[in-house]
Amino acid sequence: MSGIPHDHYEPKSGFTKAINSRLPIIGLLYDTLMIPTPKNLNWMWIWGIILTFCLALQIITGVVLVMHYTPHVDMAFASIEHIMRDVNGGHFIRYLHMNGASLFFTAVYLHIFRGLFYGSYKAPREITWIVGMLIYLLMMGTAFMGYVLPWGQMSFHGTAVITGLFGAIPFIGESIQTWLLGASAVGQPALNRFFSLHYLLPFLIAGLVVVHIWAFHHTGNNNPSGVDVRRTSKAEAEKDTLPFWPYFVIKDLFALAVVLAVFFAVVGFMPNYLGHPDNYLEANPLATPSHIVPEWYFLPFYAILRAFDSEVWVVQFASWISFGIIDAKFFGVLAMFGAIAVMALAPWLDTSSVRSGRYRPAFKWWFRLLCIDFMVLMWAGAMPAEGIYPYISLLGATYWFAYFLVVLPLLGIFEKPETPVATIEDDFKAHYGDKAGTPAE
Amino acid sequence: MIRKLTLTAFAALGLSAGAALASGGTAHIEDYAFSFEGPFGAYDQNQLQRGLKIFTEVCSACHGLKYVPLRTLGDETGPGLPEDQVRAYAANIEVFDKSLDDYRPATPADKFPANTGVGAPDLSLMAKGRAGFHGPIGLGINQIVKGMGGPEYIASLLAGYHEAPDCAPEGFSGYYNTVFTAGGYPEECKDEHGAHTVPGSWIGMAPPLMGEDVEFDDGHSNELHHEAQDVAAFLMWAAEPKMMQRKTAGLTGVIFLSVLAVLLYLTNKRIWAPVKYGRKDD
Repeated sequence: MSGIPHDHYEPKSGFTKAINSRLPIIGLLYDTLMIPTPKNLNWMWIWGIILTFCLALQIITGVVLVMHYTPHVDMAFASIEHIMRDVNGGHFIRYLHMNGASLFFTAVYLHIFRGLFYGSYKAPREITWIVGMLIYLLMMGTAFMGYVLPWGQMSFHGTAVITGLFGAIPFIGESIQTWLLGASAVGQPALNRFFSLHYLLPFLIAGLVVVHIWAFHHTGNNNPSGVDVRRTSKAEAEKDTLPFWPYFVIKDLFALAVVLAVFFAVVGFMPNYLGHPDNYLEANPLATPSHIVPEWYFLPFYAILRAFDSEVWVVQFASWISFGIIDAKFFGVLAMFGAIAVMALAPWLDTSSVRSGRYRPAFKWWFRLLCIDFMVLMWAGAMPAEGIYPYISLLGATYWFAYFLVVLPLLGIFEKPETPVATIEDDFKAHYGDKAGTPAE
Repeated sequence: MIRKLTLTAFAALGLSAGAALASGGTAHIEDYAFSFEGPFGAYDQNQLQRGLKIFTEVCSACHGLKYVPLRTLGDETGPGLPEDQVRAYAANIEVFDKSLDDYRPATPADKFPANTGVGAPDLSLMAKGRAGFHGPIGLGINQIVKGMGGPEYIASLLAGYHEAPDCAPEGFSGYYNTVFTAGGYPEECKDEHGAHTVPGSWIGMAPPLMGEDVEFDDGHSNELHHEAQDVAAFLMWAAEPKMMQRKTAGLTGVIFLSVLAVLLYLTNKRIWAPVKYGRKDD
């Protein structure tokens, strides 16, 4: 499967020969587990395993929760309380699932920003990147629909706000909104279909995860130096790589144990910190919460959505050239989805010939600013849309777009990158000294 | 608890006028020290029993606890009433039985009744449905340091009734409470920019506790702020009956995973030693 030369599986016993000649599944598992992996991977390469774990955790806890949950507007909230009070261990499973979403998004953001810094999106890994972005979109959809299911105040009114975004599409918006909700307002049809999709989408994510892994197993992992593994011979490839098992499996498991220790502390000691108190009040269509905010992981994009009001000149310009079809609300929606789209287009917007940000002196600073920008947008998204906050959001949103649409293309032309190390082996030795080498078999 | 942080928080809140306006003015939530705070904190069974008494004799006149099963009053990690007392407590409550199409005395298998007072919200989850602490400046640090502040909010609100300020017109609807911010607020008490000149607002609920409302068998203090804390603790238990089990499970997880992490760290070090340093690292 991999393009890097390495030993392939040879069945030895009669039994494994018989199995593998009929279905080469042992060989597939062997090749996947023994994939040659750049030996200089740093600790930012652990998030993939953590994400895989999160998906499994969410599916397993989710399947158990569904056994006790009732998707009905009059019973959903009570069925969650039934889980919290009557079901054996139900309270902990539910808190794991609730906070599992936060762990999932924490890991995915670190994973994405790692890719942005080390140029993991660049050729030949564009498909890995695009598939990853699709996974991220599906994750957002799944998390959003999952948040609706407890049928609390924030579930209900958050749904009304977010589905209302589709109503901003000119001409057909309202029809789309009605089609999505199955009714003109949030109610039983919406709850039923969100429940159905919340159960379905994780399995689509799982399928895409297989494609994601398949894609980068074919191209090989990127690594902190951004230099390709030498592939002319197996001997040379082995100077740059180590098999995934046991070197990276044990390393990743260690990282997973540390992350999970923190996760269990959050679930055990402050499980509601990342949630919103209003969601412990049953949904009441007649009482709108004073301050509707989405979950923390949506906040940066929520800030971008709200940044573009009718006062901003780009919005007025867009409205003018489109004869008023694009209003401020629709512009905000376009900006929100556009913010993710420009990120997905990074492979084609980044013109630099050097892959890793480690060797790009100017890029480093722009990238650091992007990280700060992301945090500022997250914070601004949680603040009320008044006073100075819309300006901060607008500034943050502008930089987000500028980074992808202006900075990345221009840096490749104007920046003078440093010369990367010649080989991964050199990079490894620069770190650990000349004695570093392949293990004696 | 951490006076300095509180002051900083309120100073910051004062700076971010937008946030303050959105919540309808600022209110001081007293950071009461509850026994169940922190990773090792546990409910005080005596306090929960006092809170139950206050709830039964005062709050339950209007408010319900419709998600709380009566049997859980006997939980070891909750009020811990003996079985016969749970049954006796239940028998004092009338519940409507659909199969009989009539009222009958409750059993431990039933839940507390729903609210009876018009507009009186159910209190089952109130301690989790309110956050007493915010900020500073939207960063949520206070909620890490002091907790979400649900029970603190309830206790502060119950002790937060005051004489209406002079600016309020005679007969303005409701009762002036310095902690409640979601109620009515007279125009006369706003300055020329529309900003509130007095904290809190006017709440629909008449002051439920005045101090010395209930007598405790063990002679425990029934001053207003003690009663308010006792009933707030009881409502926290009602909202989160499995808090002790949750903390135990969380702590077990943290300890187990920490040990596992150490073992995996050593394993990882040993596996990589020949690769990194060309030798076995024993």
